[in-house]
Amino acid sequence: MSTAPAVRAAGVGKIFPTRTGDVVALTDVDLDVAPGEFVSLIGPSGCGKSTLLRLIADLDAATTGTLEIFGKPAATARLDQDYGMAFQQAGLLPWRTIAENIALPLEIQRVTKAERTERVAELAELVGLTDFVQRYPDQLSGGMQQRVAIARSLAARPKLLLMDEPFGALDEMTRERLQAELTRIAAETGAAVVFVTHSIPEAVFLSDRVVVMSPRPGRITTVIPTRFDRIRDEALRESTEYFAKVTEVREALHGTPATRANER
Amino acid sequence: MMTRRAAAAIWGVVGVAAVVALWELYKFLGPADGVVIGGDGSTGSGVMILPRTHDRAMPHVWEMVARLFASTSGGDTPPLWVSVLSAGGVTLGIAAAGWVIGVLVGGILAIAMQRWRLIEWGLLPWIVVSQTVPLIAFAPVVNALGGQLAREGIPWPQWLSVAVIASYLAFFPVAIGMLRGLQAPDSIHVDLLRTYAAGYGTTLRRLRLPAAVPYLLPALRLAAAAAVVGAVVAEVSIGMRGGIGRMLIQLAGQASSDPAAPWGPTFGTIALGLVAAASVALVGTGLKNYRRGEETA
Amino acid sequence: MSTARVDRRLPAWLRVAAPAGVALIGLAVWVLIVDVADAAPRMLPSPFAILEEFFTRWSIIAPDMAITGTNALVGLVAGTVLAILLAALAASARPIDGMLAPLVAALAVIPIVALTPILNTMFGASSQFGRQAVAAIAAFVPVFVNVLRGLRQTRPVQRDLLRASAASRAQTFRFLTLPTALPYLMSGIRIAASLAVISALVAEYFGGPADGIGTAIASYAKSGRAALAWAFVLGGILIGLLFFLVTSLLERLSTRRAPV
Repeated sequence: MSTAPAVRAAGVGKIFPTRTGDVVALTDVDLDVAPGEFVSLIGPSGCGKSTLLRLIADLDAATTGTLEIFGKPAATARLDQDYGMAFQQAGLLPWRTIAENIALPLEIQRVTKAERTERVAELAELVGLTDFVQRYPDQLSGGMQQRVAIARSLAARPKLLLMDEPFGALDEMTRERLQAELTRIAAETGAAVVFVTHSIPEAVFLSDRVVVMSPRPGRITTVIPTRFDRIRDEALRESTEYFAKVTEVREALHGTPATRANER
Repeated sequence: MMTRRAAAAIWGVVGVAAVVALWELYKFLGPADGVVIGGDGSTGSGVMILPRTHDRAMPHVWEMVARLFASTSGGDTPPLWVSVLSAGGVTLGIAAAGWVIGVLVGGILAIAMQRWRLIEWGLLPWIVVSQTVPLIAFAPVVNALGGQLAREGIPWPQWLSVAVIASYLAFFPVAIGMLRGLQAPDSIHVDLLRTYAAGYGTTLRRLRLPAAVPYLLPALRLAAAAAVVGAVVAEVSIGMRGGIGRMLIQLAGQASSDPAAPWGPTFGTIALGLVAAASVALVGTGLKNYRRGEETA
Repeated sequence: MSTARVDRRLPAWLRVAAPAGVALIGLAVWVLIVDVADAAPRMLPSPFAILEEFFTRWSIIAPDMAITGTNALVGLVAGTVLAILLAALAASARPIDGMLAPLVAALAVIPIVALTPILNTMFGASSQFGRQAVAAIAAFVPVFVNVLRGLRQTRPVQRDLLRASAASRAQTFRFLTLPTALPYLMSGIRIAASLAVISALVAEYFGGPADGIGTAIASYAKSGRAALAWAFVLGGILIGLLFFLVTSLLERLSTRRAPV
């Protein structure tokens, strides 16, 4: 299965019936995410980016089209725990310690205690929270709670990470720090990432491709490749090619045609 | 599309019908002497976990209804439902008086406790503890006090003693609920009124009281139910004539010869509680705008 | 942020001193009226007389306390168990919730102790069961309401998390719903405990065997022995306080890491 794309969406659509009529949240979405690729979904409210992420995660079902995760239907991929997910709110259970929170998916999959302890130690070190594993969520800052959520999403060694604006509620400095960590983790684990965000600089900094979406009805407008010939470090943020890409994405979002050719 | 009110009413009727059906079903299937565990057959031994089903202990539902239309105590006395209605009316009036007293006392306490933190710290624990004291303890005291006042020329009818005792149960939810409501406004709003140089009274009227409405209305409903309980219990412990509490005890005493009779005043007291709660709900409809964001109790 | 924040101008020790002070003032006024000014109504004895009766007559007060206390405890446990079962049913099945909601709302406003005569007839006037049933019904309502609310308090992000982790329904219940509902259950039990004690006591006024704190208060008050009647009242208060303290402690222990 290693040659199957991490995500293959073909003609995917989602309609929500409401009391005042049907809302077309997504229409005609075609998207392939290669294994190990980092893809961002960006767009204004109502463009369907979170909906698309939820369809991939099998938290909702698509109305039309097909969706395959590593060649399997989304529901099977969920039951096989092929992906890990992080939400905008960290969603930590307040009555469990950090270690127990990270171990939650493993506990549900009935992994033995010894294996869980070992894996939790690995993950805590990966996100730099080894000294905090016995604390409770209310004793941690927002940024630290999100790091726990990321560690938790990696617990089952998934080859696909789904992230719904995980840094949205954090201040800018913490955001930039966590973005650097996420890039490092994604590279180290070789996981594909589908990342929903509101922030243009964040999307360009993190991703190999930026998928620009627009609302009413929710659809993909354009896909902009943002691979750079260098490692993604802090210096990247100050380089001219970075700014050029940010401008390209911004113009795509505002609907102004970009002067460069785009790969669709 | 059915409104939520109509749907709830229908479910209520279904629920009552289910209870009636359950009653008759158990009466049909259950043993005449109930289900006892750990007994040796003699009366009073063991623990009875399901009631006796013979007609003297558990009358049929239609017998209860029929009894309502028969005369209260034979001869020329009016039908039972009339007696229940008039006794219920008496008790309801006394409970209403008790409710008013309780609301006033509770309201004043709440305002005082919100205004001065020292009063809140000093009084609130005792207010909470006060409800662990069975109010039947106060009935003889209040009654004796009332008698003394009456002898000294201050008019104090017996029903006033009952109302005062009922208010003891009613003031508690109002004091607690209104205190929470008065403390509810955000500091942003309090600061805003300070910039308008508003004094305590103005702030109370324009900010705290309106903010307290969503907390006050459930508390008033609880207070109404509490006042009914207090009135019924006080009537029994003082022995006041004319109220539904005394009728309940009297007819219960004759239950072996007239098993369906106690159900009349029982239905009456149940109706009293429902009427009292519904009356307070009516008060709430006039205050709709202030209730945005209310929690249902 | 509500305006109930700590007033910095008042020292913290006043939190304990203020209610203690109020109690002392109250007691002083009481002693003044009764012992000093001798202006008490007939049924209000001096606090010292009450305490004296309480200790000298402990041998007859204690058994009645045991009976009322046991009735309250049985009622509390039975009502809680029934409330948990029905709330769980109501949380998982809409029709059951629809039927129960108006019934429980009605139960919450009717005088439950008024059902005592009927229950005594059904279970036999020589049995404690009528009073225990009343205490159970009184305890049922707050526990049911609280547990039902607690079962519905899980947040969407947490439910999504459990689903994304491929948790079964039983696992979601065990890892998420149950720990979320537990503090609500403990709150409900705390409220129900005081109600159960009062209901068990007051129910004795409406018939049943001639034992228990309530019947003792009534008979001694009627025969004019005020201090002894109040000594029994003190016994009732002590039972109520015991139930309140134990259940408050349980609640405190369970909400240490409450879902916020």
